[in-house]
Amino acid sequence: MPQPVISVRDLVKTYGKVEAVRGIDLEVRSGEIFGFLGPNGAGKSTTISILCTLIRPTSGVAQVAGIDVLKDPSAVRARIGLVFQDPSLDGQLTGRENLDFHAYLYGLPASTRKQRIDDALSIVELTDRADSTVLTYSGGMRRRLEIARGILHYPQVLFLDEPTLGLDPQTRNKIWDYLHSVRTREHITIFMTTHYMDEAEFCDRIAIIDQGKIVALGTPSELKTKVGGDVVTITTPDTAFASEEIRRVMQLEATQVDGTLLVEVPDSASFMPRLFSELSVPITAVSARRPSLDDVFLKLTGRAIREQGNTSLDTMRNMGRIWGAGRR
Amino acid sequence: MTEQALTAPTLPQARAVNIRGATMRAIYIIWKRDLIRYWRDRMRVFASLAQPVLFLFVFGSGLSSSLRGSTGGFGGPGSSLQYVQFIFPGIIGMSVLFTSIFGAMSIVWDREFGFLKEVLVAPIHRSAVAIGKTLGGATQAMFQGIVILILAPLVGVKLTFLGVAELIPMIFLFAFALSALGVAVAARMRTMQGFQMVMNFLMMPLFFLAGALFPLGGNLPAWLSVLTRFDPASYGIDALRRTVLTASGVPSRVLDTLGLTIFGHPLSVWPEEAVLVAFGVLMMSLAVYGFRQRD
Repeated sequence: MPQPVISVRDLVKTYGKVEAVRGIDLEVRSGEIFGFLGPNGAGKSTTISILCTLIRPTSGVAQVAGIDVLKDPSAVRARIGLVFQDPSLDGQLTGRENLDFHAYLYGLPASTRKQRIDDALSIVELTDRADSTVLTYSGGMRRRLEIARGILHYPQVLFLDEPTLGLDPQTRNKIWDYLHSVRTREHITIFMTTHYMDEAEFCDRIAIIDQGKIVALGTPSELKTKVGGDVVTITTPDTAFASEEIRRVMQLEATQVDGTLLVEVPDSASFMPRLFSELSVPITAVSARRPSLDDVFLKLTGRAIREQGNTSLDTMRNMGRIWGAGRR
Repeated sequence: MTEQALTAPTLPQARAVNIRGATMRAIYIIWKRDLIRYWRDRMRVFASLAQPVLFLFVFGSGLSSSLRGSTGGFGGPGSSLQYVQFIFPGIIGMSVLFTSIFGAMSIVWDREFGFLKEVLVAPIHRSAVAIGKTLGGATQAMFQGIVILILAPLVGVKLTFLGVAELIPMIFLFAFALSALGVAVAARMRTMQGFQMVMNFLMMPLFFLAGALFPLGGNLPAWLSVLTRFDPASYGIDALRRTVLTASGVPSRVLDTLGLTIFGHPLSVWPEEAVLVAFGVLMMSLAVYGFRQRD
């Protein structure tokens, strides 16, 4: 059994009375893309900050690249790459100068420094723009430069905190292409957080975290089998009554989301005729689909990932965040 | 480790962390970044000349003509020293002071824009940030001070090559002491607003008490006299003034009556430089300490 690159046991972090992380256990294998998925305020950023030695856990053990984050934070820092949630480039320097700065900070040998910077720029396809100042870059280009910077010093793990936050869908997909090519070319482990469920499909394994705890862990398809069969979305004028009737007549649980009803069924093709014949409420619209990770989250927590009220921790986090726009 | 070797045979292994070597390199690159930004922002270099030029030519020349009066020169009877020549070294000091403090302000800027995080998570000693930023700010301030020297002929200050060679290290030392002060303050600041407030209560008093615009050796009220002696910039400006005006042929008798005195004794350049070194080192330590506290 190979050593895990990241191993976390019983990790807890509290801020006063607020429990941001409430006992997390986790192992990340070498070379995988591991996604940490959950709504804002679930404890994703806190966990990633502990792994990157930026904040100290209240209790528990966390090891990165075989090193305890509390015992030797400098050694951990030398072996990890970081892409923060908020931008952290110098806009007045060129892309190449930003990477050069990083190369010095992480002590890349002078003999290979230039070559390494060129390679990193070419992985994220920024070679053409390398000598323009970062101020002239688009949001997506800045993210790519940050990814290039994150891998520059041959880290064993690249941590990314919401790397696609605030980017448009097309750019987000492009970022994923780059992350996959980075993984292949650099033989690196990638650990990232996101609250976009659709993005988690790009990961090898994901952990779903909610209110400071891991509620599910596995490959995206494993998690989807937790939702039995298909998901049917029903729109009716009287959602509450329809929900009651589905439970009484059809013996099925319906979940209300955004004024529609979601029902999990083993086989949607045979369910739909029954729905129309057995329900007395009129049905305005109905559709069936394969389960998504949104459905998994809904099933495990009883809530949709993007439509919950802010917890006090959310509010605390959002205060002082300059770049919080771009969700929903 | 063995597993890493299996999956990534061609990639260099993470090397043992040499914190001291890494810190030296970090100081260098933090300093270099400040200089790159300084050269790239040439407009700022010119814009920042506006204030000293106004002080020198409008304020200085204006006051020169009325202060000439019946006594002849500004330095007392028989002296040909004009007020504008007297404040010339003070204006160099002003330029150095303002550039140093604003240079330090870029730390707070970096913090707000996230770049400081990139530095603070690197496997380096935190002191590198304090030392690198101080040296970066001091180098910029030194250039801004040297630029003022070019104006010397326009106000009738004669500078020799030797005088300039003597002045440059003095300007740097002055810039170092003030940059270290700025960084020590900036290391503890979290927002731009707070920083500006501290600067209003620090930078302007430092400037006005430094004797850039009036002689410290004259008959100052006792309270003012005491305050000016606690201003580190007084020592820096007095040393510049002695060097500039001596090179320009002003007799030391005149300089002693105008210059900084401690208990009635005029100071000379070397003790003044020693005060700057001591102050700079003290502030530098405070700056290093400020960054070592974990964010």
